[in-house]
Amino acid sequence: MAEFGKPDVVEEEVDILIVGGGMAACGAGYEIGPWLDAAKAQGVDIKVKVVDKAAMDRSGAVAQGLSAINTYIGSEQDPADYARMVSNDLMGITRDDLAYDLGRHVDESVHLFEEWGLPIWKTDENGERHDGSKGMTPLKDGGKPVRSGKWQIMINGESYKWIVAEAAKKALGTDRIQERVFIVKLVNDKNDKNRIAGAVGFSTRDHKLFVYKAKAILLVAGGCVNIFRPRSVGEGQGRAWYPVWNSGSTYAMAAEAGAELTMMENRFVPTRFKDGYGPVGAWFLLFKSKATNAFGEVYMDRNKEMLNDYPPYGQAAVPASCLRNHLMLKEMREGRGPIWMDTVTALANLRETLSPREVKHLEAEAWEDFLDMCIGQCGIWAGENIEPEKKNSELMPTEPYLLGSHSGCCGIWVSGPTDVGAPTEEALGDGIPEHLPSGWNWGYRGMTTVKGLFTAGDGVGASGHKFSSGSHAEGRMCAKSMVKYVMDNKDLQVELDTSVDELMEEIYRPVRTYLEHKDYSTAIDVNPNYITPKMLQFRLQKIMDEYVAGVATYYTTNEHMLALAEQKLEMLKEDALKMRAKDLHELLRAWENYHRILTAEAHMKHIQFREESRYPGFYYRMDKNFVDEENWKCFVNSVYDRTTKTWTCFKRAHKDLVDKSKLFK
Amino acid sequence: MPTFVRTDKCDGCKGQDKTACMYICPHDLMKLDMDGSETGHAMKSYNQEPEQCWECYSCIKICPQNAIEARPYADIVPLGASVQPLRGTDSIMWTIKFRNGTMKRFKFPIRTTPEGSIDPYGGKPAADITKIAENKFFVEANGYRPGNPSELIAK
Repeated sequence: MAEFGKPDVVEEEVDILIVGGGMAACGAGYEIGPWLDAAKAQGVDIKVKVVDKAAMDRSGAVAQGLSAINTYIGSEQDPADYARMVSNDLMGITRDDLAYDLGRHVDESVHLFEEWGLPIWKTDENGERHDGSKGMTPLKDGGKPVRSGKWQIMINGESYKWIVAEAAKKALGTDRIQERVFIVKLVNDKNDKNRIAGAVGFSTRDHKLFVYKAKAILLVAGGCVNIFRPRSVGEGQGRAWYPVWNSGSTYAMAAEAGAELTMMENRFVPTRFKDGYGPVGAWFLLFKSKATNAFGEVYMDRNKEMLNDYPPYGQAAVPASCLRNHLMLKEMREGRGPIWMDTVTALANLRETLSPREVKHLEAEAWEDFLDMCIGQCGIWAGENIEPEKKNSELMPTEPYLLGSHSGCCGIWVSGPTDVGAPTEEALGDGIPEHLPSGWNWGYRGMTTVKGLFTAGDGVGASGHKFSSGSHAEGRMCAKSMVKYVMDNKDLQVELDTSVDELMEEIYRPVRTYLEHKDYSTAIDVNPNYITPKMLQFRLQKIMDEYVAGVATYYTTNEHMLALAEQKLEMLKEDALKMRAKDLHELLRAWENYHRILTAEAHMKHIQFREESRYPGFYYRMDKNFVDEENWKCFVNSVYDRTTKTWTCFKRAHKDLVDKSKLFK
Repeated sequence: MPTFVRTDKCDGCKGQDKTACMYICPHDLMKLDMDGSETGHAMKSYNQEPEQCWECYSCIKICPQNAIEARPYADIVPLGASVQPLRGTDSIMWTIKFRNGTMKRFKFPIRTTPEGSIDPYGGKPAADITKIAENKFFVEANGYRPGNPSELIAK
């Protein structure tokens, strides 16, 4: 009989393992079915399993719902326009091949969402907007969406994930889905250390260790939240902007498996409604609201000359997101806060041109924007007696987040499409470890530099702005290429390079530590023999906040502070081996926090390596407070050595595949 | 806004081994107190780590007894407000109570098809294995944007 600390071992051999249950996993889960049938017809029987640490109905970043689909190209725009926007918003250093490819595929997923039942707002022939329940012409037949921006369309998205998960779950069938198992470690192949062979994790419900052997793995476990001290540290620390359960598992597990990471210095510091982190996109773009300092001055106008310090990224019609923060932070630093979202004027202006029926609808739209995706913001409005037509709301830049699917581009270096002119040889040879591929594609779309390991969504670096729909589409691309990979390697036998006993030893170490030492002290949480996952997380957040450009220093750091952070993180990583787990829930937290430490370490090392401040407004290296196009308009990539526990950072050359000068005409 | 469970309404999902809220919480927060040793209320669930609650409301929306509510974060929000949904099969109704007593009610659509009705591959073609290395997906939904080839300057 299994008990706490002595789990049963469940070993399973599959061909394709999908780790995660969010939009990318659901995209892969949906797309893969017909390709499995097609492979079977060729005599290749492929076994698939999806493993999610939560329940697919409400897992991943879309769990709560969304009020918009942020990437919908439409028939009127070109994928090249999209690739240009992504590039400029991320200060020029993105992979055009990845963004372009996403741009040409993403609407296919949006059209399926609508077919499955997602209500999408429509504009009628008179220009009036209607919610998605009215049965108007679907997008795929030429229906006109309600654009809240050039790329965004409005939805009634409370059940967005529920709907997308229903399609994926039905497509896969229950036998192919394992929920409430947290994969914490990938295992390489015994005969080829640069090939993936499996993954291991544990059930958060039963005393069971799960060991999967797989030829191909799609690692899609989201971005990273809570490595920086959040602005609220009591109950409110759960009110992260991005979902608090995104713990860097994608980046940490890929790094440990030897995958090349890219742009881990990048971060996203969203400016959001203060404390609740409610979305501002609809307010700026749909309701045409302005953000001001305490004196009613629009900081984007007042400080617009600051955009000229960062050519050309500040000079596009829509300046890069970080630069918009940069202009706001000047007001805050110089004492002209708080920053206001002027909702009162915006709604008053709209009332002038709308019918009474539309005005009533407008109020509901403003609330739905929060209720669909950030309900906590409504709690703050209700608690502070804020009605947006009567009282303005504060804005605030948040603590930093690491992600690759929203307005950020950290992640894993993946193989791109071959038909868009991407480099096939590396122009910057120096310092790139020899075992890594040259150029931007090496056979299978979405594959990392580790053979058989694929990623999508938040996992893919150097792109960004794919959001929910793009992550789904990217998962679908990976489904195809994984099937091809397995068919091409049908005689491949992979073998785990670590024994099941050793894996068990490592994964349940926090439990063993707890059981061994728990009776040493009377107070369960204060014991010199171990550290609780919660305290370890506080330590990580303190280091990152105070030394690696968190909110405590107004997002500033320098090489000396980074050197201190480096030492402190090394000791933290050592102490991570002394985490305790008093139950399976705490074992989940222990491993999430281990993943956070590795992700944070990658972030710090990359900022240290990049000797400039590429993202003013997101972070500043005060000792290199400039953008250096000559030396640093390149990717910063890295690999981690799990045996020596050390990082190697290096440059890869950047190349434009679409003409960026069109942004500035 | 951590969630809390009302003792007068929670029935522990009638003694099943796993409650609806445990099933759905993305962050593994909801826990059934089988014997009452942790809360004093046997066979009722509770939020075991409220400071990790993202207020996604998944547990509130799924609870068959409407036993779960949210109390806005005590370290941020003045007391007295509540935001409570009632989620149906095609729409969701929200009741918002302000600290000053103002009430607002909204109803929004959530899906246009019956729950559970998705037929993922119904009417869809089989995948063509000869196209596995090409662009596009197994099915076309009129959303593929081939792009103007002249935009690709490096090709």
